[in-house]
Amino acid sequence: MSYKITVNGTSYDVDLPGEVPLLWVLRDELGLTGTKFGCGVAACGACTVQVDGIAQRSCQLPLDAVEGAVTTIEGVGTPDNMAAIQKAWVDHNVAQCGYCQSGQIMQAAALLAENPDPTDQDIDDAMYGNLCRCGTYPRIRAAIHSAADAMKEA
Amino acid sequence: MGKLGKITRRVFLVGAVAVTGGVAVGAYAVTRDPKNPLKPDEGASLNSYVIIDQDGVTVIVPRAEMGQGVQTSLAALVAEELEVPMDMVRVEHGPPAKAYANNKFLLPRGYDAEPPMKMVNTVMEAMPRMLGMQITGGSMSTVDAWDKNRIAGAAAREMLISAAAERLGVGRDQLRAENGAIVATDGTRLPYAELAEAAATMTPPDNPPLKDPADWKLIGKPLPKLDQPAKATGTAPFGIDTRADGMKFATVKMAPRIEGEMVSYDASEAEGMAGVEKIIDLGDGVAVVASNTWLAIQAAEAIRFEWGPAPYGATTDEIFADLEAAFDTEPNITPHDHGEVTESDDDLVAEYRAPFLSHAPMEPMNATALYTGDRLEIWAGVQGPIITQQQAAEAVGLKQDQVTLHTTIMGGSFGRRGFNEYAIYAARVAKEMEGTPVNVTWSREEDMRHDHYRPGAIARMRGRLDGDRIDTFKADLSAASVMRATMKAFMGIDRQTADAMITEGVAEQPYGFPNVLIRGYVPERTPRVGFWRSVGNSQNAFFMESFIDELAHKAGADPLAFRLAHIEGTDAETAEVLRTVRDMANWTGETPEGKGRGVAVTYSFGTPVAEIIEVSDQDGAVKIDKVWIAADLGKIVDPGNVEAQLISGAIYGLSAAMLEEITFEDGKVVEGNFWDHDALRMNNTPDFEVTALALGGAVGGVGEPGTPPAAAALANAIYDLNGTRLRRMPFRHDIDFVT
Ligand code: FES
Ligand code: FES
Repeated sequence: MSYKITVNGTSYDVDLPGEVPLLWVLRDELGLTGTKFGCGVAACGACTVQVDGIAQRSCQLPLDAVEGAVTTIEGVGTPDNMAAIQKAWVDHNVAQCGYCQSGQIMQAAALLAENPDPTDQDIDDAMYGNLCRCGTYPRIRAAIHSAADAMKEA
Repeated sequence: MGKLGKITRRVFLVGAVAVTGGVAVGAYAVTRDPKNPLKPDEGASLNSYVIIDQDGVTVIVPRAEMGQGVQTSLAALVAEELEVPMDMVRVEHGPPAKAYANNKFLLPRGYDAEPPMKMVNTVMEAMPRMLGMQITGGSMSTVDAWDKNRIAGAAAREMLISAAAERLGVGRDQLRAENGAIVATDGTRLPYAELAEAAATMTPPDNPPLKDPADWKLIGKPLPKLDQPAKATGTAPFGIDTRADGMKFATVKMAPRIEGEMVSYDASEAEGMAGVEKIIDLGDGVAVVASNTWLAIQAAEAIRFEWGPAPYGATTDEIFADLEAAFDTEPNITPHDHGEVTESDDDLVAEYRAPFLSHAPMEPMNATALYTGDRLEIWAGVQGPIITQQQAAEAVGLKQDQVTLHTTIMGGSFGRRGFNEYAIYAARVAKEMEGTPVNVTWSREEDMRHDHYRPGAIARMRGRLDGDRIDTFKADLSAASVMRATMKAFMGIDRQTADAMITEGVAEQPYGFPNVLIRGYVPERTPRVGFWRSVGNSQNAFFMESFIDELAHKAGADPLAFRLAHIEGTDAETAEVLRTVRDMANWTGETPEGKGRGVAVTYSFGTPVAEIIEVSDQDGAVKIDKVWIAADLGKIVDPGNVEAQLISGAIYGLSAAMLEEITFEDGKVVEGNFWDHDALRMNNTPDFEVTALALGGAVGGVGEPGTPPAAAALANAIYDLNGTRLRRMPFRHDIDFVT
């Protein structure tokens, strides 16, 4: 059976079993490889996307349960046209291996949309589910604060 | 596809012959005759590091990027001498090639470069040969590239100046390189792109002059890392992201008793599952090829297997019993035996333990391969591309030159991708799927349960004090041999040889004990082991620096002053690092009620690192508040990256010390995902303050040396806080941490 989903403003017909998690629809079917596979069990946050602006673990979201507009890292900005949050990431040289960073940015962007001026505690509460094995947390924190400032000025 | 892929365009390769010929001979004996592997269809090829075309400069960084920042740091060394700004520079990994061999790998650089330490370290010199010469590891990329890359850049610059001199009919002394162009005294400006073709015909200089450090524009300044925009936009191509037309997605299910046998399997249910295309018998497991990775993983879970027994102890207890029994065998290595060491009258005797550990990089093991009968193409993030090319060729019955390997960036490694079996499996799967590209991705559980683990280890330490000085120091260390595992994986030879990794982190520490005996022991059987960030240092620094702390307390001395008193006469850099961290933290030796502080210092990969950790008690649970780190790199390419790596190393070490452990039941690894092998998160990561010194000695490594002191500094801080002496990791067994 075929499912209709909207990702980054484009609508797709996907012909896969309904229980296939959105993560694997994005990566293997739609070729949107910016969203990463880390654990498959909601323990790392690498697969974080937004559905109607809410951060969700795409490894836990079956295709047949996707309701709403999906935004992935590719929909946030491109190398030539980065969003403020991505620029903040670049300015702070946040990424080491970079593998977790799509998920970190999607989680942080959802936080900033809801809370334009997060405290360190707010950042802890929003971000603790996003694992980074390279330990870039101090710079992620700094980049979130910078992005908040940049977005306020804009 | 980057520059190398479209090299048929007008592209000129300018210069590393200087490295491979002139100046380099002697200093780099192994590179005497490597062939430049960059073969453009047009233009000439002079240098295996620099490509110049109309779009700018491409620097080949033949070291794998896994988060340690190597692509930016190594490119900056070339760009500095070539006089190009970083925004004109692109980086490519380049093909596997002998020209990119590591000349300096795991070689001592500092105080330990002289006997007797040298003797121990030379045991390690065989490692690059085993791993096929071109390897990323041992925190040695910058160490190896420090001279080479600057010479490559300088040689290219001189050739461009010569080309400009001919073009303009002026003397070379009328010309200078500046901002990607050769500029004449009269102001004429010739961009490199215009000169590249002619420059490529110039004879490379034997001894291109290197810039005075006072004139450096890039080295020593924080650099914008070149990979950041791609990594912030989800466009950086990790191995797992490899895509091609007609691609299939596969996973593997390998023997859960690692290196044990697969007796039989029944895939009848899996064969009928959605998306499944093929089930492939790999001998010690199976691969499932499907239309989607997740469907492949579901089908693999539905296969029923009968597995043979484990070729090592079936439980954690049995495995540690083997480690204990090893103490009764002949030592594998005795790196230190001098002065008078008696077996009795010790003031302090202590035993410490460290568990097996998984690397758990964020990107699970994976590789993509396409087999077309007489060719094999592989995309894989590996630390040893040449050996991988060789082994993949062998696995599918081709010659090495029929295999093209693309080394992708890696979503972390920490030593895991020094082993490459995931790439070999992908090659074998591709052979069964001729003409179809197959991306073979492991589940996290498969990854965590089929690692090359940090060996579990036991240390038996003894010490005698003479007043407030250590008079006699004894350490017996038992751990599986990573050297043996390496030889087995890459040379097919399974036997014991002296392995300095068993004792590193204890043996080469600059304490200057008058009487010392250090021995390493190796059990006969072991679960599979490998290189884990900082290797032997990762457990041994915990043993060493905890025991030194215990001796300091026994002597009634301040633990930092006690260390300094021993080290000062042996290694000035390590002593300076300790003084630096002392001053950063305003260490007084006193802490208020409810707070604790601990210090540890380790010399590893040529880099002394000292860490002070402050903890506090929060209703009976321990919280890490702050970590101060001081290190001496000798010379620093990118201080921003050095800071990031030292913090990263410490977080990696703290995560393991507090939380991580791989255990065995019924011969199988119990832990399977981040639920039960967790790490520090945003909310329990402490504040960091880092001082990176550049005291002027040879350049030291930075990817690993932040890790070793972290566990002991934390254990020592907890002792200061509440008197609990932690002698086994992970500490969560004995201490509650704030989560
Ligand atoms: S892959 Fe979804 S949370 Fe880890
Ligand atoms: S940057 Fe490597 S896992 Fe986060």
